[in-house]
Amino acid sequence: MIQKMVYADNAATTKLAPEALAAMMPYLTEEYGNPSSLYAFGQSAREGVTAARETVAACLGCLPAEVYFTSGGSEADNWAIKMAAAAMKQKGKHHIISTEFEHHAVLHTLDALKKQGFEVTLLPVYDNGIVRVEDVAAALRPETGLVTVMFANNEIGTVQPIAAIGALCRDAGVLFHTDAVQAVGHIPVNFAEMNIDMLSLSAHKFHGPKGVGALLCRRGVRFGNLIDGGAQENRRRAGTENTAGIVGMATALKLCCDRMEDTMPAVTQKRDRLIDGLLAACVRSRLNGDRTARLPGNVNISFEGIEGESLLLMLDMFGICASSGSACTSGSLDPSHVLLSIGLEHAVAHGSLRLTIAEDTTNEDIDYILEKVPPVVARLREMSPLWEHIIKAD
Amino acid sequence: MAAFYSEKVMDHFTNPRNVGEIENANGIGEIGNAKCGDIMKMYIRVENGVIADVKFKTFGCGSAIATSSIATEMIMGKTIEEALQLSNKAVVEALDGLPSHKIHCSVLAEQAIKAAIADYYQRQGIDPEPIVGKLQSAEEIEACHL
Repeated sequence: MIQKMVYADNAATTKLAPEALAAMMPYLTEEYGNPSSLYAFGQSAREGVTAARETVAACLGCLPAEVYFTSGGSEADNWAIKMAAAAMKQKGKHHIISTEFEHHAVLHTLDALKKQGFEVTLLPVYDNGIVRVEDVAAALRPETGLVTVMFANNEIGTVQPIAAIGALCRDAGVLFHTDAVQAVGHIPVNFAEMNIDMLSLSAHKFHGPKGVGALLCRRGVRFGNLIDGGAQENRRRAGTENTAGIVGMATALKLCCDRMEDTMPAVTQKRDRLIDGLLAACVRSRLNGDRTARLPGNVNISFEGIEGESLLLMLDMFGICASSGSACTSGSLDPSHVLLSIGLEHAVAHGSLRLTIAEDTTNEDIDYILEKVPPVVARLREMSPLWEHIIKAD
Repeated sequence: MAAFYSEKVMDHFTNPRNVGEIENANGIGEIGNAKCGDIMKMYIRVENGVIADVKFKTFGCGSAIATSSIATEMIMGKTIEEALQLSNKAVVEALDGLPSHKIHCSVLAEQAIKAAIADYYQRQGIDPEPIVGKLQSAEEIEACHL
């Protein structure tokens, strides 16, 4: 018997769109030429890359010349922040503003910069998981050279006031970068209109292939190279182009953006059914992160008295793929920094469950999750001495 | 995720042995804390120097539940002296190994049994430390390392 599988970990990665695979296939087989080669064979690969650049630009409201293809989101974040820092230094600026709950690709990059003497202010995100624009404004100083705030959080899905922060930074003449890895393809993102200077994205988060992403960088912003070598990407990012990956990414992005008007409300409705159903079925559970300023597919709930890894293992036996912010799943001793940043106690953060659904999640899938999760929570609570303490304290 | 743990671990996690409480337990030990994400509570019923019954309750990850379960099996029907000999290494071996960052779960299981036996001696008016040895300090628990 083939076991049922419900994939509810789309914030980790998504299924490759068949259309993206079809668009990639020629470049993985017959069209293997190097886009940098002069002969016609190489030029047809170049055309694929050029068309993909135009597609990405059209989907995200930037110019094709502002799109730089990378190996993914982490490279784009590293590139943007490290090179912005290097440019700042030349202007005698040394202060960077970010938030407490950024992805590690941003936080660890900032840690590396701190060791080089940069000063970093990490703004709070409060119990709703949203940074306040007035906090950004208050943190700006004459020596501030970069503000980097994620578009939407990867664990709790909260969407940040990016347009307002963009306008603020543009007025103040401070560079603004956003890690939009979780947002692109899922909610409207407009680079120019939102006054964004640099934006990171990753293809495999919106049904594109793994190993490819992009950094959008506004024309006129001076920034150095992270990877030196050949003259690819307008001399900004060396390395032979991942033609198939780039074409697959553009195809997947266009699909997501074309369908967004329909998929956003449909996914949101399923998300809300999941949230309401789980909160109603399990006492002492809470939704982590703002209820409405939230990615359409993100559900993050803490169940008091249980630990996330054992919850995931039991759900895995029912074919449900999910994730958790518990220490045991993060491989460290502390639970997720995101859950701690919104004020959760360690014990409550250990008991978190993240379910991230997508366009192809069916109503039957939602029913199945709603059927399986509450008894698993109850079973784990039954064997938990912590739950015993919680009940006794009531 | 199944491949992450041995079959033995998954067996004890999915069908944990001796889960629950013993109403007339004469030794109860609790180790770990909520902040670190694992708490183990062991109940023992000692009769004539033998562990006549043992049950556990655990808040924690898959390996925390599995180590508690197998540890109860390993001391059931054994004398107190034999139960005190149970090492975390023996627990790990009985489970066909644990991922390296999960070894601390086996230490918790060993400590929880010792804490239950210490509690048993205390109830008998006997100082447990010379027999059971020193249990983890509050500082050690607070640091989330074991």
